[in-house]
Amino acid sequence: MLLREVEYARPSSVAEAVKLLAANDGARPLAGGQTLTNVMKARAAAPDVLVDLNDLDELRGVARSADGGLEIGAMTTLTELIRSETAGETPILGQVASQVADVQVRNRGTIGGNVCVNDPTNHFPPLMVALDATMTVVGESGERTIPAEEFFLGVYMTAVGPGELLTKITLPAANGARYGFDSVAIGRDGTCIVSAAAAVRDNEARVAIGCVAATPMLVKAAPNPEAVKEAVREAQLDPPSDVHAPADYRRALAEIVAARAVAEAE
Amino acid sequence: MAEPVKSATITVEVNGERFEREVEARRLLVHLLRDDLDLTGTHVGCDTGNCGACTVIVDGLAVKSCMMLAIQTDGASIETVEGLANDGELHPLQQAFSSRHALQCGYCTPGMLMSAKHLLDHNPEPTETEIRRAIQGNICRCTGYVNIVEAIDAAAKGEVSA
Repeated sequence: MLLREVEYARPSSVAEAVKLLAANDGARPLAGGQTLTNVMKARAAAPDVLVDLNDLDELRGVARSADGGLEIGAMTTLTELIRSETAGETPILGQVASQVADVQVRNRGTIGGNVCVNDPTNHFPPLMVALDATMTVVGESGERTIPAEEFFLGVYMTAVGPGELLTKITLPAANGARYGFDSVAIGRDGTCIVSAAAAVRDNEARVAIGCVAATPMLVKAAPNPEAVKEAVREAQLDPPSDVHAPADYRRALAEIVAARAVAEAE
Repeated sequence: MAEPVKSATITVEVNGERFEREVEARRLLVHLLRDDLDLTGTHVGCDTGNCGACTVIVDGLAVKSCMMLAIQTDGASIETVEGLANDGELHPLQQAFSSRHALQCGYCTPGMLMSAKHLLDHNPEPTETEIRRAIQGNICRCTGYVNIVEAIDAAAKGEVSA
């Protein structure tokens, strides 16, 4: 497919990238390109300038933070996340990353791209909410941090504003929390029909459910199947219907998938 | 390319050969390969990132070349299906695909072979599950995959003849 004419810049620092994004209303960051390229083919997005983030090594990699949490660079690819020894100490990260699409997509696709696209079927938005991640966003006016719970605003919309860039995802130290993820997907690692990520700590399960609303739906309950299902029922989900599942089926699945995610965490 | 450009001259190494071409920023890698370098072994299937027919290996990693811009590959080393055979002798994967009837129409085969090569480059002794997951991003509408999985397994074990 021939894309619409576009300009391309490949900055070598975050400061330079932010400057390029701020200089042009039609500029868009290009991370792994596994969504944006196709959206451009479909003319659903038509950026004037692509700001390629692939040279920004400062945005790659996983590191242990001083308080025992994890700092994940936004440009860390899903394959790098799967292979990272440091990320491997939090196995849920590689486990979820390895369920995204296929090898080729994981080789290019980044964790930052996965959350910033915020397609409701994406794997990482619910996981980030369940794990209580903090997102670091940089713009010309400086840096700010946003809790994952407030980061996802709508379908394809996040708190990253025009001219801004997600640079880092910070996970708090586990402090005894255990994590789980479950989904019903189209095929072994396909698009999720319903997904749920759970963090269980101090006899409380924090469960974020994906694919049932524009943003991940957070419910809290005691970590047993009946309590989790009850909490999901009480959340009165109003999921969309599509070719893969009518709303009623998604609503029923949400209870089961949430309970399974919690069971997996335990 | 710190300032936005509409096009640029890039240098790529494809199957060991160096090429220099001027490309527009909007040009997809698959079109650089097929239209500019006349390497038409790499196919365009769905052009939406689903089918994997355009799979090539860039700097050691399998990618779908319809989801990468040519301009992004400046300085990269690229492997395509044309680079598999050596002096007319088929690569073990190609021999195994042939002897195990791992293709019918052949449209998906170049991408399938590059995904299989990427797998064996990183994991020389894959299990059947690992083989199946490695070609998950490559769709074949003819074979039902069974012979493809067997061919990759055979190539890994060096049992390429029928």
